[in-house]
Amino acid sequence: MSAPSLEVSGLTYTYPDGTAVLHGVDLHVHPGERVALLGPNGAGKTTLVLHLNGILTPDAGRVSIAGLEVRADTLAEVRRRVGVVFQDPDDQLFMTTVGADVAFGPANYGVRGAELADRVAAALDDVGMAGVVDRPPHHLSLGERRRVALATVLAMHPEVLVLDEPSASMDPASRRELADVLVALGITLLMVTHDLPYALELCPRALVMNHGRIVADGPTSELLADGALLAANRLELPFGFDAGAAPRKHRG
Amino acid sequence: MHVPDGYLDLATSAAAGVTAVGGVGVSLRMAGRALGDRQVPVAGLAAAFVFVVQMVNFPVAAGTTGHLIGGALAAILLGPWVGVVVLTVVVVLQALLFADGGVSALGVNVVNMALIAVLVGWLVFRLVATLLRRTAAAVVIASAVASWASVVAASGGFVAEYAVGGAGQVPVRTVLTAMVGVHALIGIGEGLITASVVATVLAVRPDMVYGAKVLGVRRAVRVHTDRRAVAAFVAAGVLVTVALVVFVAPHAATDPDGLERVATDNGIAADAVGSAVAGSPLAGYGVAGVADAGVGTIAAGVVGLVAVFVLGAALLALAARRPRGPADAPAQVDAPTRSEGPAP
Amino acid sequence: MTGARTASLYVPGTSPVHRMPAHLKLIALVVLIGAVVATPPQAVLAFAVHAGLVVLAAAFARLPPGVLGRRLLVEVPFVVFALALPFAGGGPRVPVGPLTLSVAGLWAAWGILAKATVCVAASIVLTATTAVPELLGGLTRLRVPALLTSVAGFMVRYVDVLTDELHRRRVAMASRGYQPRWAWQAGPLAASAGTLFVRSYERGERVYDAMVSRGFTGRMPDLGGQRATALTWASALALPVVAVAVATTATLVGGAG
Repeated sequence: MSAPSLEVSGLTYTYPDGTAVLHGVDLHVHPGERVALLGPNGAGKTTLVLHLNGILTPDAGRVSIAGLEVRADTLAEVRRRVGVVFQDPDDQLFMTTVGADVAFGPANYGVRGAELADRVAAALDDVGMAGVVDRPPHHLSLGERRRVALATVLAMHPEVLVLDEPSASMDPASRRELADVLVALGITLLMVTHDLPYALELCPRALVMNHGRIVADGPTSELLADGALLAANRLELPFGFDAGAAPRKHRG
Repeated sequence: MHVPDGYLDLATSAAAGVTAVGGVGVSLRMAGRALGDRQVPVAGLAAAFVFVVQMVNFPVAAGTTGHLIGGALAAILLGPWVGVVVLTVVVVLQALLFADGGVSALGVNVVNMALIAVLVGWLVFRLVATLLRRTAAAVVIASAVASWASVVAASGGFVAEYAVGGAGQVPVRTVLTAMVGVHALIGIGEGLITASVVATVLAVRPDMVYGAKVLGVRRAVRVHTDRRAVAAFVAAGVLVTVALVVFVAPHAATDPDGLERVATDNGIAADAVGSAVAGSPLAGYGVAGVADAGVGTIAAGVVGLVAVFVLGAALLALAARRPRGPADAPAQVDAPTRSEGPAP
Repeated sequence: MTGARTASLYVPGTSPVHRMPAHLKLIALVVLIGAVVATPPQAVLAFAVHAGLVVLAAAFARLPPGVLGRRLLVEVPFVVFALALPFAGGGPRVPVGPLTLSVAGLWAAWGILAKATVCVAASIVLTATTAVPELLGGLTRLRVPALLTSVAGFMVRYVDVLTDELHRRRVAMASRGYQPRWAWQAGPLAASAGTLFVRSYERGERVYDAMVSRGFTGRMPDLGGQRATALTWASALALPVVAVAVATTATLVGGAG
């Protein structure tokens, strides 16, 4: 078996102000898997995400991407391999046009000219947003901006996608469109969320994180059927939702 | 405070342009040293912030509104060099995108609003805050005084440019009275708003106020309106303005003041610099002499005024603050005007 | 709050003026405005030619006349100010009806009106035919330092985001009965501006994280841009060169006479 796409072991982190957030996180995601990382607000999920591409440096423990350990000298390659889509697309889309924004990542890795244009077109096509190349991001709806934000990292041809709360504040139609795009990509995925139905719909496997640790790891449907586990970690299914009966987009 | 095309002759505009390029060039170098690349997007967001805040209609009286210029605010929040860069970007884009300030007057506008306003604001801020013993309250008071000084200095900058190259038939003394007088009043509003904004940021994230960091002020303050301090500040501003009108320019015409008020009513107070001071190269009319006699007097007058005001306002503010003692309650963002009567 | 939205400035089109590289349009604008400002006010005919050149550019760009007319309103305040000059100006005076007006003031007022109008109209043609990102690209090609253009780019991107944020706050405040009319009621407004700064600063930091996550190492990458041929140079500079010729002639004739 090949190296995990994403491997985290013993990750510990305390913010400079003294707030301890991660207390020895262990997790791994294998190639082709779609995994949900569930947990309440303040569990340390976003802090964990910032370690996956070396924006934060751990106090202890290690992170590896497809066998490559995250270190100062590997940062450039690590950041190409991990595509992080942040929660607020207005943070992610910082250029004045969609096209320039999607081009930003590959251009940082030296892609130029026709190849760059092809990458931009292909990435926008993958997320169903071809035709907005010259538009300013501000003119798109939230759902459209989320998909363009996804395109900005797809253009870098990452090994693994990390999405932070991809469904936050979206209307049901936009949620579904994004889900369709993510499933069609067929790429290794770690999705951080507290939207449990969305996790169940997209990810066969889930991790539950609380108080800076992974406290559960298993099939999403089983975890969501465990009322005691959910209650202990401040996770709640929507009223009337039956985890056993919901349809999924799992492949195979 | 945006000078449009046609108010100053080409030579003056070009000279101001060269000055602007030099001053901004130095600022870029200094800012580049101060900014890690981490700070570049932060500076961009700050530019957007200044641009947006300049569009906010602040109430003046009976529903009329005025605008912030923001030079001192940028200096205090971001530091002088980044402040110059940010204001430069704002001024250039306003001219190019919104025809707000002329393209030929870009140099003049950058000199007045980016270089003079920011740097004078910063110097006065440091001076006053240091005099007031580097407390959080001192930062707020110094912000008010520095903003007033920056607005007056910027308007003085325009008067000087006009004296050099405006070459109109309006006596420089009239222009001086109108411009600096009106901006001494506008500066009161600028000072109060800047102080409130700085106080709010200081209460939430003192680490984001460059001026406080440099002075070693880390403690958050409780933000509230001290009516005596406000009254003292306004009184000092009005006194200085009156002193200007009475002593510095006894023979000046008063028409432009009225015009400026029209401008304020239209919500363009800050744009009023250009008002009654137009000039163009009128060959054949006796215009020399205006220029030469003016500059030194103007500079001396403006510097003197600023100094008097800074001292007066600082003393008055200190006096008004004393009974209250240092403010060191925990941060409280939403109560800047507790005393203002209940919201329904 | 004014409706100064960056995106509403551009009038999409495919005219030759639209397609001209932005840096050439910027050079053309600066040359034209320099010529207009240098023209003596007494050369009334010269201003007619200048105005004609700008109208010609607008026609080449196929701009609806309404766009030019509406946006020219930004200079109305300056019209008001210019009208005061004949009263405030010095020098010889002439009787005009019941008033005696300064001759120099009258010329200066006319000069300002004519120059400001032509220059503002020329700027409008630029912004109406050039999308803001292209304009920034043009500034980069003109060797404006990268720090300035980067800051300008972020500013353009986030101005509308911040405007919306502030607008939501004002709606929330108005919903609770806050309608300030006097200076001493400005406190909550100033406080919300302060909070907006904090949020903007924090967003700036998050934007940096997002940039670094996509391989940013301190230099904005070159994303390519429009190149100019000799022909586009010539067509860009045709109108400004006429303006320079007119301004020079007017100055020489005026000086001689």
